[in-house]
Amino acid sequence: MLVRYRGGEGMLAWAFHRISGVAIFAFLVLHVVDIFLVGVAPDVYDTLLGFYATPVGILMEWLLGAAVLYHALNGLRIVIMDFWPRTAQFHRQLWYVNWAIFAVIGVPVTVVIFGQFARSMGWSA
Amino acid sequence: MTVEVGRSGRVRPRNSRRELAIWFLMRLTGLGLFVLVLTHYLILHVFHDPADQTAQWIGQFRWNSTFWRVFDWTMLMLVLFHAFMGMRIVVGDTLGGPARTVVMWFLYAVAIALLVMGTYVVLTLPNVVPS
Repeated sequence: MLVRYRGGEGMLAWAFHRISGVAIFAFLVLHVVDIFLVGVAPDVYDTLLGFYATPVGILMEWLLGAAVLYHALNGLRIVIMDFWPRTAQFHRQLWYVNWAIFAVIGVPVTVVIFGQFARSMGWSA
Repeated sequence: MTVEVGRSGRVRPRNSRRELAIWFLMRLTGLGLFVLVLTHYLILHVFHDPADQTAQWIGQFRWNSTFWRVFDWTMLMLVLFHAFMGMRIVVGDTLGGPARTVVMWFLYAVAIALLVMGTYVVLTLPNVVPS
């Protein structure tokens, strides 16, 4: 649907921005509540932390990082185009620059988070 | 000259000062969050393994410093504005009529609850002195 409906990079950039934004919003609500628990019910927080440290929790942590990084980079692209409108004619190129930066930052971060995943699986100490 | 419109954000509002202010603040908070959130994720998910970050660890290391408490509270303020004004756009694009009103009041109630909960914990969590 996303590819066929009008399509193009601008449409995809918008769709990913919105999907990542709503996903980050959902995590934000959870995260403020869990940090609140650190103060009022530390044992409950530590139990929840146990879930965050499972393989499923770490997969979600990785996806959260990807969503945050995409939203941050594409948000910067939006700010650039809104305040320097002439750059909007290069919106496609800017989107590809986003993905290049996303990969350069994302690959080493993925390596680190895979280390956490290996630890959760008992593959390493 | 026709400039191809490829922005994935919202066109700058022209008819309302309030909408224009929100439009600006959305971009301003976004720039602030670019720095604060990426720093936050880098420190707490890359430099430190979240598996070690127990309630004890937070009191003893993370929040045993006014700087990081101010940092986190500032991030909370920016992110609450940015997230809930973002959701306002999503709800406005998705829902109409009474459903929109009901969902927005619910979201504002959640925003106030998060503001209170986050501010309370950042102000009251005691520093843990290592035993």
